[in-house]
Amino acid sequence: MASGVKPRVKVPKKASAGETITIKTLISHKMESGQRKDDDGNVIPRSIINRFTADFNGQNVIDVTLEPAISTNPYFQFDAVVPESGEFKFTWYDDDGSVYETAKKIKVS
Amino acid sequence: MELTRRKILAIGSGTLAFASLSGLPAFANLTDDAITSLTGGKELGEGKISLTAPEIAENGNTVPISIDAPGAVSVTLFADGNPVPNVATFKFGPLSASRSASTRIRLASTQNVIAIAQMEDGTFQTASSNVKVTIGGCGG
Repeated sequence: MASGVKPRVKVPKKASAGETITIKTLISHKMESGQRKDDDGNVIPRSIINRFTADFNGQNVIDVTLEPAISTNPYFQFDAVVPESGEFKFTWYDDDGSVYETAKKIKVS
Repeated sequence: MELTRRKILAIGSGTLAFASLSGLPAFANLTDDAITSLTGGKELGEGKISLTAPEIAENGNTVPISIDAPGAVSVTLFADGNPVPNVATFKFGPLSASRSASTRIRLASTQNVIAIAQMEDGTFQTASSNVKVTIGGCGG
């Protein structure tokens, strides 16, 4: 499913050096589990996001492997340390090969 | 045959009971296998990590789960009553602060959610939580 996928990320705009910040991410995606059946009894094929990563200036923050048991519109909340100003890069990998990306800048004073 | 309200109710509950029974081969063993393949059969410690899950989840489609595992390299979540026990694996990078994360998961029925954390020294820690599910979240 490549249509209607929209990532949303919440990162504070400013932080002090070495501060721990909380990041929230959400991406709209059906996360079809491969367990459901349609009206005719045929199994609906699996179509999920199977990996999510968050990096800051090239260094990894979190790397999540997703299974079909993750809910529709996968949501993640986690903490990160920001040593300097830079850019967070968030990447979602779809089963169909699509890659969804978004980035957020943060200013460290 | 005239369908009275009582009959419809009886039919409905019958199919429901059938659906819940047919989905219950021994999943617990699957989970044990998955955990053993992750840890290599090493002993699991307890108490250093925590798993927060609701006691009762009304909707099994979105059950909020959070883990807090100080000193962990990675945390893997299992749900022992789901058709596929694996739920997710969190790997923490160098810029991860508190080694904690939250997400929302699907649970097919009332079951245990298990977190296995691999610590920096290579040992494993576990935490689990029983969640009662009112409406299952795996469809079918």
